[in-house]
Amino acid sequence: MPRGALSAVGIAAALSIALTSCSSPSAPAAGGDAPAKGLVVGVTSDPDTLFPWKATQFQAVNVLQNLYGTLTEFDKDLNVVPGLAQSWEASKDGEKLTLKLRQGVTFADGSTFDSKDVKASLERLMDEKTAAVARASLASVKSVEAPDANTVVLELTGPDAALPANLATVNMAMLSSDDTEQELTTTPNGTGPFRLGKRVASQSLTLARNDTYWGPEKPQVPTVEFRVIPDESSIVSAMQSGNVQLAVFDDPLVAQTAESGGTITVAKTPQLNYHVLQLNGRHGELKDVNVRLAIQCAIDRKQVLDTAALGEGEVTGPITAPAYRSDPSKRPCPTRDLAKAAGYLAKAGKSGGVTVKTIVSQGEYATSVNEAQNLKAQLAEAKINLELEVLESGAFVDRWVAADFDAAVALNGGRPDPDGSYGRYFTSDGNLNKVAGYSSPELDKLFAEGKATTDQAARKPIYDQVAAHLEDNAAWIWLFAGYTYTATTANVQGFVPMASGSLQYLRTTSVS
Amino acid sequence: MRRIAGNRAVRRVASTLGTLFGVAVFVFVMLRAIPGNQITAGLGTEAAALTPAQKQALEQYYGLDQPLVTQFFAWLGNMVTGNFGYSARSQQSVLDLTLHALPVTFELAVFSIVLALLVGVPLGMLSASRANAPRDAIGQVVSLAGLSIPAFLLATTLLSIFAASFGFNPNGQGFATLVEDPLLNLQQMFLPALVLGFGIAAPILRTTRTAVLEVRSHDFVRTARAKGVPERRLQVRHVLGNALVPIVTMTGLQFGYLLGGAVVVEQIFSVPGIGRQVLLGIQQKEYAVVQSTVLVIALAFVVVNLLTDALYRIIDPRVRAS
Repeated sequence: MPRGALSAVGIAAALSIALTSCSSPSAPAAGGDAPAKGLVVGVTSDPDTLFPWKATQFQAVNVLQNLYGTLTEFDKDLNVVPGLAQSWEASKDGEKLTLKLRQGVTFADGSTFDSKDVKASLERLMDEKTAAVARASLASVKSVEAPDANTVVLELTGPDAALPANLATVNMAMLSSDDTEQELTTTPNGTGPFRLGKRVASQSLTLARNDTYWGPEKPQVPTVEFRVIPDESSIVSAMQSGNVQLAVFDDPLVAQTAESGGTITVAKTPQLNYHVLQLNGRHGELKDVNVRLAIQCAIDRKQVLDTAALGEGEVTGPITAPAYRSDPSKRPCPTRDLAKAAGYLAKAGKSGGVTVKTIVSQGEYATSVNEAQNLKAQLAEAKINLELEVLESGAFVDRWVAADFDAAVALNGGRPDPDGSYGRYFTSDGNLNKVAGYSSPELDKLFAEGKATTDQAARKPIYDQVAAHLEDNAAWIWLFAGYTYTATTANVQGFVPMASGSLQYLRTTSVS
Repeated sequence: MRRIAGNRAVRRVASTLGTLFGVAVFVFVMLRAIPGNQITAGLGTEAAALTPAQKQALEQYYGLDQPLVTQFFAWLGNMVTGNFGYSARSQQSVLDLTLHALPVTFELAVFSIVLALLVGVPLGMLSASRANAPRDAIGQVVSLAGLSIPAFLLATTLLSIFAASFGFNPNGQGFATLVEDPLLNLQQMFLPALVLGFGIAAPILRTTRTAVLEVRSHDFVRTARAKGVPERRLQVRHVLGNALVPIVTMTGLQFGYLLGGAVVVEQIFSVPGIGRQVLLGIQQKEYAVVQSTVLVIALAFVVVNLLTDALYRIIDPRVRAS
């Protein structure tokens, strides 16, 4: 070997050793932006918007709910509790909701929060031109009045028991009446436990503690840095080396890897989100309820869960919210029954089999393609041919939005209130009914009844009937609900994971 | 003579501009061919809940209500005046984003190429020094490994091993530029450059081996050896010196590719380079981000090619003479 070549290889080796030795294994985040005892959260992407009314991306919602306040909030068990509204009361006829606002609350810019801001926020949310994603949740609101600085009165078209829960999402954040969308996309100005510190596009977003936060739980950490590490396995590596202290995963495989090292604790929380085979009951063979029921009977949901998601989750019925959870054993075929499936197909006059064109998204979430393949294999045994179209996520969304499918393998977002989850899908005038592919006068009646009933104990049986109707007609095939995995390093205390995947309890989290 | 050179320069500039225009049209059309737009990319399936008026408001906001031809020439016109567009996601101009990302990618490309040359050229010479002997087999195995091991596999394996076993993971910290924190920056560049360099070393090694073998068979090498030129000087000055043109070509080509951004490696090691910028732009359907960045990449590629051509003139007197 020429001596020059040897020297070159030697230099390369020396360089690598020198660089490696520059960092001791237990070195703290020397070059990181987070000051001492700040919390670093690993995220795969930075927020795609900082305007709360248009945020649907998981990462954006997680950041924004720490910056903004809402009239109501969810506690750790997803009960609706006071937020910026200290209390609320519905009139006897349910056509008026009076909210008493919390006093002494200020925005990040120091201005005072009052009823003027609530009125302006709600009116802008209802305006179509704002293009707010939660506009439909205010469909029952006719007008908003602010009789004094601490009182807001909502005139409703009729009773709306779901409204307090709907007001708790960050898409309904209360903004200062002086702020514009343009300003807020660069400089958030909310009443939340944190304020925006520093943002480096595509790299990190740092929040600083809001020392004037009104809540009883004052933020513990001086800063929270959302550090963008695009690859989930790389986040695990960053946690192992102590650079990141908290991360939320949805891929069971990544969660297992994280836990296997022994230095990271992973908490499993059942999700409100549910995995489903959406059927379009207005398309092709699926117009016949017997074909849909045949599909329902030919699927062993546990097998889908075991093969696609390592058994990480629970078989579920339509409603996943803890207070209204459906009992999956009450569906027409609680276990796989191929004879019954054949019977339904015969009733539909399709004993020879049917073909169902099914769209699947690749990359939207980790288990989609595996679920689809297992469903295809199982249904083939019942002479139901699931013709899979595996699509890039943009193409999937396009087809889904246009309801251009017989069936779709999907992971849908659940909400703490069943009306919020399904009212928009399965009422005949719901804004997602075209995609849901099913509605009926009975369901319309049940949803209206559920909305008009404020007592939770009385609402439960109504939504049990909703779930039963959906399953009896096999509107969709509900499969399972997975877990959210919250990974923390040993020096993190006080974080409470929620079924909604929310990071609102960053405010109670401390780092030792 | 000067006129011929002048004509050649004009032709070169014209062909460069033509290439860039072609790239601009191609990227513009391809982006529109991808299903979805900025609205569906941002809202996902929630886009189904938009009322027609809401949809119209959003289309207006993102400029999607304009005819495609208007969109194209408005963007191209702005590019010419230095306005690369605006990223709604990061709330920054694309020019600013590119000015941050391009030096990072350039630095990574330089380190990768240096590592690749340090491995590829000596090993290529070693292989060629006795073709089909055991030492040649070493080179062949290294080049086969470099070509066959996917970058994502090598990257995640190295990252996991270094982080889990040695607690060494500088890439888990916030990215530091060479100016902000040179030591941390070099640590953060080390593993990505190693992965990329290993992959690029393979074609450089193979090119070196072939070129050196070819040059060694020439008469002037035999003559030099007969005249008593020391072996080391013979190998470096006479053989390697004459084998440089294909090696430089291959290196220039690889460098050009690296300037386009090594998306996978940048993703895994959280390096905020140009590849990640394009990827995020595509994911969010931020047309201006993708179009402008790709045009900058194309320009960089053209410049690297020009520089490679210029290098031929320095290393090969025959090119100079012609």
